[in-house]
Amino acid sequence: MKLSGLMVALFATTTAAHAEGVLNIYNWGDYTNPELIEKFEKTYDVKVTMTDYDSNETALAKARLGNTGFDIAVPSQSHLPIWIAEGLLLETNPGQMENGKNIAPDWADPDFDPGRKYSAPWQHGTIGIAVNTDVYKGPLDSWAIAFDPPAELQGKVNVVPEMSDIIFGAIAYNGGELCSADEEILKKAHATLVNAKQHWAAMEYGTIELMLAGDFAATIDWNGSAMRQRLENPAITYVHPKEGVATWSDNVVVLKEAQNVENAKLFQNFIMDPENAALISAFARYANGIAGSEEFMPEDMKGAPELTIAEHARANTVNMRICDPEVQDIYTRIWTDVLK
Amino acid sequence: MAKPFSVKRQRGFTAMAIACFAALYLPIFVLVIFAFNSASSLSHFEGVSLRWFHEAAQNKQVVDATLRSFHVASVAAVIATLVATMAALATTRTRPYPGLTFKYALLNAPLMIPEIVTAVALLIVFSQVKGWIGYTGIGYLIAAHTAFCVPFAYLPIRARLENMDLTLETAAADLYATRWNTFRYVTLPLLWPGILAGLMLSFVISLDDVVITEFVKSAGQDTLPTYMLGQLRRSITPEVNAISVVLLLFSVLVVTLFFFASKRRN
Amino acid sequence: MSQSAIRADYRRTLTRRWLLSSPALLIVLLAATGPLLVVLLYSFLKAGPYGGVLPEFSPEAWIGVVMQRGLFDDTLSIADAHLAIFWRSIRLSLETTLLTLIFGFPTAYFIATRPPNTRELWLFLITIPFWTNLLIRTFAILQIIRNDGTINTVLLKLGLIGEPIRMLYTDGAILAGMVYVYLPLMVLPLYASMEKLDFRIVEAGYDLYATPFRVLRLVIIPLVKPGIVAGCILVFIPSLGAYVTPNVLGGGKNLMIGNLIELQFGQGRNWPLGSALSISLMAVVMAALIVYVRNADKTGGHHG
Repeated sequence: MKLSGLMVALFATTTAAHAEGVLNIYNWGDYTNPELIEKFEKTYDVKVTMTDYDSNETALAKARLGNTGFDIAVPSQSHLPIWIAEGLLLETNPGQMENGKNIAPDWADPDFDPGRKYSAPWQHGTIGIAVNTDVYKGPLDSWAIAFDPPAELQGKVNVVPEMSDIIFGAIAYNGGELCSADEEILKKAHATLVNAKQHWAAMEYGTIELMLAGDFAATIDWNGSAMRQRLENPAITYVHPKEGVATWSDNVVVLKEAQNVENAKLFQNFIMDPENAALISAFARYANGIAGSEEFMPEDMKGAPELTIAEHARANTVNMRICDPEVQDIYTRIWTDVLK
Repeated sequence: MAKPFSVKRQRGFTAMAIACFAALYLPIFVLVIFAFNSASSLSHFEGVSLRWFHEAAQNKQVVDATLRSFHVASVAAVIATLVATMAALATTRTRPYPGLTFKYALLNAPLMIPEIVTAVALLIVFSQVKGWIGYTGIGYLIAAHTAFCVPFAYLPIRARLENMDLTLETAAADLYATRWNTFRYVTLPLLWPGILAGLMLSFVISLDDVVITEFVKSAGQDTLPTYMLGQLRRSITPEVNAISVVLLLFSVLVVTLFFFASKRRN
Repeated sequence: MSQSAIRADYRRTLTRRWLLSSPALLIVLLAATGPLLVVLLYSFLKAGPYGGVLPEFSPEAWIGVVMQRGLFDDTLSIADAHLAIFWRSIRLSLETTLLTLIFGFPTAYFIATRPPNTRELWLFLITIPFWTNLLIRTFAILQIIRNDGTINTVLLKLGLIGEPIRMLYTDGAILAGMVYVYLPLMVLPLYASMEKLDFRIVEAGYDLYATPFRVLRLVIIPLVKPGIVAGCILVFIPSLGAYVTPNVLGGGKNLMIGNLIELQFGQGRNWPLGSALSISLMAVVMAALIVYVRNADKTGGHHG
C-alpha cells in the first residue's frame, strides 16, 4: 500500500540519527561563533549540532535527568563543582592536552576545577550595567543605576532575569557579600529589588537589539554583551559597580554519557588553540583565558574597557559561586516575591 | 438615501468586523514587509532586498531546524491522522456503548490540558524512559507531537463521518461486499475530505508548536519555532522575519489548498 | 437471529470498536494525559537540592502552593506571591475572553450574514492567522508596538506625539497580544451557531416593533448562547496557561502561571512545587470546564 510505503520512508529518516563523526554541543544561546564550528567540522570531518540553553539551572537539570544526547556542555564556574560532584562529567584532563599549555596562568588551576581535570576554558567576564550615556549623564560607578535609577532612566531599565546575579547585585548594593545569609542584609536587598522593580521596563535576556533601538536606556548585562552594544553605538558605556563586581567563567566539559567522546575531546583541545580561542572571543566579545589569543583578536577588542575591571571596583571583585541550598531557597523565595 | 431595512443589520457591527480583519492582518503585513528590508533595522525601511532570506538560507542552524520541523510534522501528522481515522470509525454512527464517553473525553483531552502542564509532564516522563531504554532520538518529539495532533485530526474526520449516513454502506453490504471492500470502495472515498482536513490541521499544528517542543527536545533537536524563540530572547534581526515569512507562506499555502480542495468537492 | 446471537454480534462489534480506537487512545494516554499522573506523584515528593526530586514523601510542595514561610523566619502565612500570580493569570484570561467576545461577536455576525457564497471566504480569512505560528503572530505584535515600532513611527511622523508611547512590556501589551492571538478561537464557534440562526425568528422580533438592540439582546444572543459559551471556554483555557505571549510581550517582569511553573523547573529548582502548581492550574481549567458542561446541558435542555 502507498501509505505504508510512505510510513516506512518517514521512519527510515528517523533512525539514521547516530552516524559516525557527530558532536552534540549544548551551549548558551547566541554565544558560539558559527565560523568556529565550521572550522572544527572541516578540520575533523565531524557534523556538529548546537542546542541552546539560557540558564545554568536548565542545563544542570537536563544533564541530571540524563540521556540528553549531548556530548559537550558549557556550565559556568559557579555550577561546575556540582556537575563534578554529581558525577556528570568525564575526566578528560584538558589541562594535559596538547593545547592545555596555552591556558593562561590565572586560569590553569582554578578552584572550581583544580588542575583542569574536566574543563577547558571557554570565556570569562563580569556582570555589570550597560548605560546609554546620551540618556543619562550622571556618575557611572554604582548599582544605583539599576536599583535606584535616576529620573531620566526610570522606566527604561532592563534587568536580565538571572536570579543569582541580580540577587548578588542587590546584596552587594546593601553592603553584603556573595551568598550572604545575613537577615538584615537580605531584608534590605529584598526591599531594594521590590522598590526598584517599578522603575524597570522589562526583564529580558535579549538586550543588545533593544538597547540599540532605544527601548532600553540601561540594562544589567554582561560585559561582552555591553561591548557588542558599544561597537554599534559609542554612547553605550559599561559600568563596573563599585559595590561589587562578580566575575564568572564558562567552561567546556564532556558529559559522562557522551556518545562521541573522541570528538568531544578533540573539541576541548581545539578551542584551547589561541587562534580558535580568538574566534570565540571575536563573536561573543568576552576574554577567553588562552594565552596568546590576543594577537588573533579583532582590533576593536584590544584594550577594550569592558575587558578590564575598572579601578574603582577592583577591591570588591568576587568570583561567582553557587550558594548553599538553604541560602538558595531563600533567594528563590525573594525572587518569586519580587516577580509576583 | 436610506439603506433598505434588513433584519440582519446591527448598527456598527460591519465597521467593527472590518476593523477586526484589519487589525488581524496589519501586524502580519508589517512583519512581511520588514523581511524584505535591506537594512538590519526593524523600524526603518531602507530598500527592498532578499538579504535576510539569503542569510537565513546560509545559516546551518536555520536550515537544520526547518528540515527537522517538516520531518516531525509530517511523521506526526500521518500517524495522528491514521489512528484518528480508526478511532473516528469506532466512535461514530453507533448507539452509545460503554466507554464511548470515556473515549470522547480522552481523545479530546490534549485540547483541554494547558500546554505548559503537558510539557512539564513529558519532560519528567521522557527523561525517565530515556534512562530505561537508552534511546534518545527524535522519536520522543514525534510521540509528543502525535499525541497533541490526535484531536485536531479526529474532530474533522468525526464531523465528516457523522454527516454520512449508512445507506450506501448498507447497500454495499446487501450486495455481499466484504466489510473491507465496503470500507475501501464506499466509506473511504466519502471520508477522504475529512481525512485530508485532519492531516492538514495536524501538520500545521505540529509545525507551529513551541512550548511542548521546547521542553521535550534533546540534543540538536531545535525546530524552527524553538530556534526562533531562542533568537527572540537574544538578538532580533530581520532574519527572524524572513524565517517567519517562509513558515507563514507554507501554512497559508496548506490551508488555502485545503480550502479550495474542499470547495471543489462541495 | 436468536437473542444470544444478537448479543454475541453486539459483543464482537464492541470489541472491534475498542480495537480500532485503541492506537489513538494509547498514544494520547502515553504522551499527553498519562504523564499528568507522574506530575501528581512528583508534587508529593521532596525537592532535590539542585532540581529533580528525592524519593521521599513530602507535603511541602502543596503547602508551598498556598502558604509560604516568612522570607526570613519560619512563620507560615498565605503565599500571596503565588495567589497574586494565579489571580493575575485568571484576571488576564477573563479580560482576554471578554475582549475577544466583544470583538469576535460582531465579526462572527458579519460573516454569518454574508451571502452564502462569500461566507466561506470570510471564514477562511479569519482562520488564516490562526493557522500561522503563535510565535510569529506574537512577534508581529512586538514589532508594531515597540518604541520604534510601526505605531510610534507613524504617530511621530504625523506629529501627533513628541516622543514614543511606551507600549511594549506593559500589561496592556500582554492583553493586546492575547486578544490578537486568540480572536479566531472565539469567532469560529460563534460563527458555527450563528450560521444556524433562523432569521425568521429575528424577523418576528421586528414585527413586534422591537429595536435592533432589543432583538440582539432578547433574540439573537439567547439563540447563539452555546456558541458564546464554547468560544469563551476555547479562549479562556489556553489563555490561562499562556507562556509564549506573556513572555515575549510582557518582558518577564510580571509572572503568569505558565512562567511561574517554568521558573520552578528552571532557576527555582523546585520541581515538586512546579508540579503542584501545574496540578493547581489543571484544577482551575477543570472548574472552567465544569461550568461549561453545566451550561451546555442547560441550553441543550431548552432548545434541544
